[in-house]
Formats: sequence, C-alpha cells, structure tokens
Amino acid sequence: MIPDELKSHPAIAAVLAQVPDAIEEAGIALGEKTVVVKASRILDVCRVLRAQGFNRLSSVTAVDWHPTEPRFEVVYHLQALPVSDRSPQVDRLRIKARLHGEEAEIDSATAVWRGAEWYEREVFDLFGIVFRNHPNLTRIMMPADWQGHPLRKDFPVHGHKYDYATES
Amino acid sequence: MATLEMNPAAAGDTGSTRRMTLNMGPQHPSTHGVLRVVLELDGETILKATPDIGFLHTGIEKQCEVRTYQQVVPLTDRVDYLANLSNNLCYCLAVEKLLGLEIPPRAQWVRVMLTEITRINSHLVWLGTHALDIGAMTVFFYCFREREKILRLFEMFSGQRLMTSYFRVGGLALDAPRGGFQAVRRFIDEFPSNVDEYENLLNANPIWQMRTQGVGPMPVDDMIDWGITGPMLRAAGFPWDIRKTEPYSSYEKFQFEVPVETGNDVWSRYRVRMRELRESAKIVVQALDGLPEGPITADAPKVVLPDREKMKTQMEALIYHFKIVTEGFSVPAGEIYQAVEAPRGELAYYVVSNGTGKPHRLHMRTPSFGNLQGLGPLLDGRLIADSIAAMGSMDFVLGDCDR
Repeated sequence: MIPDELKSHPAIAAVLAQVPDAIEEAGIALGEKTVVVKASRILDVCRVLRAQGFNRLSSVTAVDWHPTEPRFEVVYHLQALPVSDRSPQVDRLRIKARLHGEEAEIDSATAVWRGAEWYEREVFDLFGIVFRNHPNLTRIMMPADWQGHPLRKDFPVHGHKYDYATES
Repeated sequence: MATLEMNPAAAGDTGSTRRMTLNMGPQHPSTHGVLRVVLELDGETILKATPDIGFLHTGIEKQCEVRTYQQVVPLTDRVDYLANLSNNLCYCLAVEKLLGLEIPPRAQWVRVMLTEITRINSHLVWLGTHALDIGAMTVFFYCFREREKILRLFEMFSGQRLMTSYFRVGGLALDAPRGGFQAVRRFIDEFPSNVDEYENLLNANPIWQMRTQGVGPMPVDDMIDWGITGPMLRAAGFPWDIRKTEPYSSYEKFQFEVPVETGNDVWSRYRVRMRELRESAKIVVQALDGLPEGPITADAPKVVLPDREKMKTQMEALIYHFKIVTEGFSVPAGEIYQAVEAPRGELAYYVVSNGTGKPHRLHMRTPSFGNLQGLGPLLDGRLIADSIAAMGSMDFVLGDCDR
C-alpha cells in the first residue's frame, strides 16, 4: 500500500518502474518519507535512488525488535543534496529492509555510497548483521575479541560481566 | 577497534623504495583524544592512512534504551563534550516532534542563543588546539581566555560548565538567572574584537599561511560520498547549512549568512570557521534583542515537571509530578530523524518509540564519525607533516565519533 503522494515522487516512481517488486510498504509520518523494501532487492533500490539524485547517505543503522520476527530493521537515511545548486534544496528519504534473526544478511551499500563502509561495520559490530560484499567487515567499536553484539535486545545492559540474581 | 595489524616487514625494505608503517596514536597529541591512524609511508609521503576508532566507545546508545526520555538528556551532552547544547537541542527537538509539542518562543530564542554560544565555544577550542598543533602557541591562550568566559555563562544558566543538560524535552530546565542575559550581552559585545585579535595573530603570519594554504584538498563529490559535512563542505564552496535548508527552533527568523570559501584547503576551513564565529555572535545579539517574554516550557502537564508552587497547592500538579518522576512520560509509537547543524557538521538523532516511557532505539548520527571516515582518502598521497594540519582542519571529537 503506497500513498499517492509517494507514488508521484520522482525517485519512488523510478523505483516502482525499474524494480517493480521491491517495495513492500511506504508511508509518510511526521513529515518523513519511509519506504520498506525487500532485503534481497536493497542494492537495486539503492542504485536507482542514487541515480535519482539521492547522492548522500546520512547514516545506516538498525533496530532490533526481538522477540518478534522479522527481528531486524536495517535503516538507511538518504539525502538528495544537489551539488551544483547554490542554495541547495534538500530532500530526505528513509529506506528500511527487514531481516530474520537466523539469516541476518544483506547486501552492502558500499558499492553505491562509499560512506556506507563505517556505518555498516558499526551495524555488524553492534547488531551482528552481515553485509555481503563489504570491503572490510570487521568490528569497529568493540575490541576484536569481543563476544556478542551489544545493541541486540537480548544482550544485557550490564554485559555478561556481572550476573545479578535479581536482574529482570 | 584494534583490528589493524602492524607489519613493517611486509613491504620491501631495501634501498630507496623502503616502506614503513607508522602507528600514529592512540595517544598522539594531535589526534585530540584517542584516535589511532596507521600510516603506510614511503619516506615522508603517506601511501595509505587507515584510521582506527572505538577507543572511546561507551555504549551510550545502549544506555539510552533503559532510561526514560527525560533521563536521556544528560547522556546526550556526554556524546560531544564540546557541542553539549547542540546535542541536547537535537535530542529534545526529536522527542518533541514525536510528542507533537509546541515550544514557546522564549524557550526557542534562548535555545538558539545558547547553541550559538556553544558553536563559538567549540570553534574556539578547535582554533586554539589546531594552531597549537601547527606551532602557533599564543592563539591557544587567547582562545581559552574567551572559552573560560563562555563556560562561566553556561554555569550561570545551567549550573554546569560542560555537561549542561539545560534543554529539556518541552522547553528549558530553568529560566535564566538574574543578570544572565546581561552577562551574555557583555561577552558578545566584546567578542568581535577578540576575533580580530586571533586574526591579527594568524592572518598575515607567513608560517601559518605556508602550513595551511593549498594543504588537504578533497573534491566536493568525494566529501559527500564519504559522509563529510559541515565547515569542510562549506570551505569547498558548497553552501549547505541545515540551519538554512531545514530550519529548526525558529532559525528562519534570524538573519545570518552561511560563510563559504572556495579554496578547499586547511586555510579555507580556518576562514570559514572564523567567519562563523562572527555570524554566531550576530545571531546571539539578535536573540538577545528580540527575546520574547512568556513561558519557558510547553503547556504539557504530562511531560513537563510542574512549577514547585503549583505542586504544593494543586493536587493534579502533584500527581503529574509523581508520575513523571517515577515512570516518565510515554511517547506515541513512531520514529523521527532530526538533523541539526552542529559545529562539526550534520548531527542527527534517530529516535524510535514503541509507545512506552523509554526509547526503543536511539541512534546518533554524529558529524565526527562521518568526517573521520573521509580521513583516509584525505591523507593518502600527502606529506606526513601536512597530515597534522589536515587532521586538525577536520575538527573531530573522538567522544562524538565513538559514542
């Protein structure tokens, strides 16, 4: 279900035309456009959006909805920032892809925006989501020998160092 | 963090083609914190620079998930300790959008005034330390003289010099202290002449010019691709400032210019930030002149703590006070991506609410993280001596980067 306001947006219209099966749902909330795409088509969608002027990747992050499935949402915040424009008009778009806990793997967006590299490493480090074809998928925040992924909801806030008997 | 191995023996080590791997940091003075850069060198030329971050990772995003919305505010100014109020503001704006709160004009004006003073503070620390790295020691003392005055202003308003937490969801923590605005006025009237002093020390200084002019260029498209924002982009001729393109907290009602330089080098970044100091001072003066009267918090009894007097005389106020303090307020389910122009570039908070009293997920898109990602490409092929100037011109804060 895609609202008409989004269907008429040139970039989303281009995605609908070129990758017709990609968009699962879309909507506008609090003035922000969100498009949920199939995880398997994320790279195609990113390529189309980049060609449509979304030249800047503001951030990549993830949300863990444990214990519901699909558990993870990988969230991309894109921005159209016309470089030739002296008074740039910006446009923002949020792309989401949902992943199941057992197969938390998605294609890396580094082929489209090089700046995705560190953001995807951070998501890999803190959520344990694997980005296929990433140039250097290693831990970035935690030490290399760290066990587990701290931003997952089933990782205790105190870590595993202390086992409080009363911790809920 | 700590995933990069040093292997000096890997490259050929004979004769004039000998390569060397040099470990710069994590305790190197010019990295201003704990940044490690692994430099692969051919003589004095950097073949490849690989930044290694994460030494200051404190898990703030995880901490936020177990705190009520109001309790998150003190964590936000620990993210970037030089742009504390910018972080407070960004977080409060995000949650206020989710709640649909209308912030009264007086609170918005005070917010603008103090975030601009924060920008001045951050740029002063940058200027002092950047000049110190390059060898101009005097500037540092001048900058920190003014910074001390700013910290005293913060202390007057919030009771804290660094970790202000002065902006709260729904408005301000307190009204301004007696004499607070007069103190800001005294500081800001004098400040442009202080900027003249810094410029007198640096602008015509031949060593400063030689160390900065033509050093550390990077094409605008590459910068955007790598995620670099803020003064770096504006020094490359791209006039993007979130205060103008996506105004927040009534910035559209203030008159100011976005300083742009076209040199795309360390010198231009210096010029952009110096001009931003003057523009920020102008905004502070406008905020003081046009400061509206009225309340400092939104009319939202379920979110904002009641007045002490009301709490002691009205039962509803007492009940709301008890509820807010014990369990916080709940925020409607939804998500928001709020971006502001922090001193270092685009700062954005992504807040996901599941309808309870604690954020389900809070992601901070910090400018230093994005900027540092471009450090490798910026340094590749440059001289090692220039790397100090180029790094300094980026103006990163490692707390901001690692969170």
